[in-house]
Amino acid sequence: MNKGSKLAMGIAALSLLLVGCGKATSSTSSKGSSEALSGKVTAVGSTALQPLAAKAGANFTTKNSKVNLTVQGGGSGTGLSQVQAGAVSIGDSDIFAEEKAGIKADKLTDHKVAVVGMAPVVNKDAGIKNLKMAQVKKIFTGKITNWKEVGGKDQKIVIINRAQGSGTRATFENAVLKGATAVKSQEQDSNGAVQKIVATTPGAVSYLAFSYFTNKLQAVSIDNVTPTDSNVENNKWKIWSYEHMYTKGTPDKATAAFLKYMNSKDVQNSLVKDMGYISIHDMKVTKDAKGVVTQN
Amino acid sequence: MEQTNFQLKKQDAQTHEWDTRLHHATKATREDWIGRGISYFCIGIIILVVASMLWFITSKGIATFTQNHVSLWKFLSGTDWAPDQGKIGALPMILGSFAVTFAAAIVATPFAVGTAIFMTEISPNRGRKFLQPVIELLVGIPSVVYGFIGLAVIVPFMRHLVGGSGFGIISATFVLFVMVLPTITSMTVDSLRAVPRYYKEASLALGATRWQTVSRVILRSATSGILTAVIFGMARAFGEALAVQMVIGNAAVMPKNLISPASTLTSQLTTGIGDTIDGTLPNNALWSLALILLLMSLFFNALVRVIAKRGQLKHER
Repeated sequence: MNKGSKLAMGIAALSLLLVGCGKATSSTSSKGSSEALSGKVTAVGSTALQPLAAKAGANFTTKNSKVNLTVQGGGSGTGLSQVQAGAVSIGDSDIFAEEKAGIKADKLTDHKVAVVGMAPVVNKDAGIKNLKMAQVKKIFTGKITNWKEVGGKDQKIVIINRAQGSGTRATFENAVLKGATAVKSQEQDSNGAVQKIVATTPGAVSYLAFSYFTNKLQAVSIDNVTPTDSNVENNKWKIWSYEHMYTKGTPDKATAAFLKYMNSKDVQNSLVKDMGYISIHDMKVTKDAKGVVTQN
Repeated sequence: MEQTNFQLKKQDAQTHEWDTRLHHATKATREDWIGRGISYFCIGIIILVVASMLWFITSKGIATFTQNHVSLWKFLSGTDWAPDQGKIGALPMILGSFAVTFAAAIVATPFAVGTAIFMTEISPNRGRKFLQPVIELLVGIPSVVYGFIGLAVIVPFMRHLVGGSGFGIISATFVLFVMVLPTITSMTVDSLRAVPRYYKEASLALGATRWQTVSRVILRSATSGILTAVIFGMARAFGEALAVQMVIGNAAVMPKNLISPASTLTSQLTTGIGDTIDGTLPNNALWSLALILLLMSLFFNALVRVIAKRGQLKHER
């Protein structure tokens, strides 16, 4: 056999393989009985929700081995636009679809699966443990630039923001800035980066989800309310948001079953809490897309 | 008669054989065809991929101007970047990208040329055994590792040295310096090795010292190669995203000095793209940044070609 035909055969074999793969992944035949759930579920979006979705997804597929479930990050914006385009079954988001320009929220169905509390964090050297809400606003709008103005050390404030459009930043700005524009500053694209930079940079201040708190940085109380789960549950702590899973139209059986599983006691009472989120079942208040909070 | 008949038959058979041989492809010819077919197929696919990428990025990138009706001049000269509020001045990022690129090239070039001279002229043996693998290793390290080292070592070091937060153009410069060093060095080595041996011999025969030979003959005749190396290094620095993003601080403000946070085209792209919605202004604006990156890399490539051409002419003379 000569080289040319070997190569040609190789290419032929490869293309056969590719065709085979294409078929394998696209087949969503559900010939199984009513019990055995099958199909393909893709959840894409929020990196804040990703760890929980991935863990719950893994548990879900051990019970339903015929379901092919993939969880990916990419950001809330990606999640919302992908689910709107019909490219994925579930779009994960930190913010309401209504808050995002370019998303037609009425076409999507919201499934709230968890709550995340966020709090300002400062470098430990700054000597700050409590701030007034107005002071936090002045810091992030650039009106207060030294920690001594709010009772800390004589140290310049270094603001670390999240990227514009990030769900965490949107939540923080809605609750704290209330329409004011944040001063231009450093932007980081993940909770992990913020955590590391605030812990090591003198005078740094940012905001993080509760699950990212470590003993290397100082979480700040606001108006003497400490950032704890129970304070979020009764809305004493104002900076929190839902983690959403959005679907478009009627979800297929596998997707619906997964969403139901996310809302089950199995997930809400153990997994959600273990991973630092707050259970949707424990909330004593409800927040709508406009930020209006009502007692349950 | 019979014999002639037989001869004729034989001739006939031979002509027939010649006929088939000449009119039908041989095995070798068929191999040729297959090989050529496969090559054309592969080339075709590559051209298709490149063309569709160019088309895709261009069509997405100009949407900012055609759909959102932002003027090109405002985009290029505006200094206020807040896409969510409809402000898309890209000048801070453009300046940031150029600043880190040129700074890294300026810092890296002397080191790279020095290393290359050592490896080719001063100690070729040790160079090949020792420095070559080291430089190849530097090329292979993923950029996220460089970024992490930058974040853990360079940023705190800069903070102690010059104050501020440590994030900024200078930190990015040092990270990029290490990243482009191997590119520039190995290409400079190649161009120094390509200098004809008789140039060096003639120079030494004329009584020039080694230093005179290196500085006045070898470096001079390898100039175009070295320039190409530097430009390739700059192209890499310009396009580097992750490592820069981790140390530059990503503040979309005009770079005032080297030690305050700034941002580059790539760092804005990587931080922003996941949070924007297809077809909206913030998303289109990011594609426009990508288009600038693409045009710049095309420009770098064109520059390399021009320099290479000039260098060739020089050698021929």
